[in-house]
Amino acid sequence: MNKAAIIGVAQTKYERRKKDQIFADMVFDVTRAALDDAGLVLDDIDSVVTVSNDFFDGRTISGMSVGDASGGQDKNISTVSGDGTFGAFYGLMRVLSGYQATIVVAHYKGSESDVKITTNGMFDPIFHRLLGIEMISAAALQANAYMNRYGIGEEAFAEVSVKNHGNAQNNPFAQLPMKITVKDVMKSRKIAEPLKLLDCSPISDGAAAIVIADEKIAARGKKKPVWIKGVAHCCEDYFLGDRDLASPVALREAAMKAYAMAGIKTPLKEIDVAEVLEPYSYMEPLWLEGLGFCEPGEGGTLIGKGITTMDGKLPVNASGGALSSNPILVAGLARLIEAVLQVRGEAGARQVKKVNTALAHGFNGACGQSHCVWIVGGNK
Amino acid sequence: MTEWLKEVEPLTLKGQIAVPYAWWVGDVGSRFLVALRDEQKILGSKCGKCGKVYVPPRKNCGRCFVDIDEWVEVASEGTIEAYTIVHYSYAVQPVKPPFAYALIRLDGADVGFLHLIKKDLGKIRNGLRVKAVFRKKRVGQILDIDSFELIEPLRRT
Repeated sequence: MNKAAIIGVAQTKYERRKKDQIFADMVFDVTRAALDDAGLVLDDIDSVVTVSNDFFDGRTISGMSVGDASGGQDKNISTVSGDGTFGAFYGLMRVLSGYQATIVVAHYKGSESDVKITTNGMFDPIFHRLLGIEMISAAALQANAYMNRYGIGEEAFAEVSVKNHGNAQNNPFAQLPMKITVKDVMKSRKIAEPLKLLDCSPISDGAAAIVIADEKIAARGKKKPVWIKGVAHCCEDYFLGDRDLASPVALREAAMKAYAMAGIKTPLKEIDVAEVLEPYSYMEPLWLEGLGFCEPGEGGTLIGKGITTMDGKLPVNASGGALSSNPILVAGLARLIEAVLQVRGEAGARQVKKVNTALAHGFNGACGQSHCVWIVGGNK
Repeated sequence: MTEWLKEVEPLTLKGQIAVPYAWWVGDVGSRFLVALRDEQKILGSKCGKCGKVYVPPRKNCGRCFVDIDEWVEVASEGTIEAYTIVHYSYAVQPVKPPFAYALIRLDGADVGFLHLIKKDLGKIRNGLRVKAVFRKKRVGQILDIDSFELIEPLRRT
């Protein structure tokens, strides 16, 4: 593979309601900020990938409405309707196929619509949609299947919420920095059992952008390039009942491919920090199993062992993760941005010591139907 | 940001997109729904290559990438593989909370079947047996099965 690097990043603060900005305003702000961060001007960019969803935006071909704001005028612009990690994947492919620099920009305004109705819309209309199932109740089924398979208690998931909301206190972009206890999580309102309010991510508004460039442009950048060492994605069955919800096989496959590309043999030893997309607390341990950081069923013990905490062997979601801010679609791109900031050493109060190799993860679809895994590093 | 922007009253424009759809159910799905409606039977389809029985039935097996042409009737009883009790309400739910969703492995099927449980919520556990309850008035859609009910506690007594 030719070399490509992430040379510019930007994100908005994530908030429940951004009353002063339409989504094109957010896109404009982060696009310009990512260019500034890279030390480039718009003329250096020859390709634009926007990330948006028509149903979320209430607008067909919603990518077109942010064409101007994303610097896409007179350029090759295309849209990914899915998580930002997949948008970044498309952006990388464009650079590898000859474009010199691609802007990837994602936006989401949860405050403008009803996330239960919009995510009910991702299910099959004939067999499933009439049942009323949506994102939260589907996740709760997966949490139940996972707990039942391995005998995991709800407290193990509560610990993830405590850790990530706690980490969010070090992240100026986070929506819900909170100092809470396992007891607070356990006592919070039941949403869809076993998930309680503090096991679930908030509704968020926000946008994020990155610049992916070839070697030549990367050499001109203002910041130290963060090189893309490995990336892969993989998808499994659409119907929930066709899948083993307690075993994230698509994630395992994506991780193995990304590790092989990056030359990683023992992920826990070779990766310094991980940002995984966990809009529900149980997802973090389950995804860590899929990513091969532990054996199946052991994800829930990683916090207790002090492995995934800020001072652990593999800090996970030092940013506070999606549990503390969940602009859907943007959230995966935010994981990649956080990984880049960690490799640069620019993560401020949430900086993990001595980061050279970082992992970022995002997913699409109910209960993680399709996963995307990124390995980025400081060495070319 | 210029100063005057801080003084602006933030307005919202309320709207709704209501687009009617008429999704064709397809031949395989139609046969499944007609069997629910007319015979109170749950039909699946069996892949001739891997032998997997899909419910709802599929026209082809995505993994083997072959057509499926064998129909099988599965039981209207099965085992709870996963469940959640839902405590919030919103417009699309067909029933008032609390109620449960469950993935049910119907006897004779090789995949989970997603549906509702409305009663005995406190008694639901993974691995318990349930049976389908059909609606009296059936129209050829998935809610012709009203919900599933626990049968295990009754057997224990």
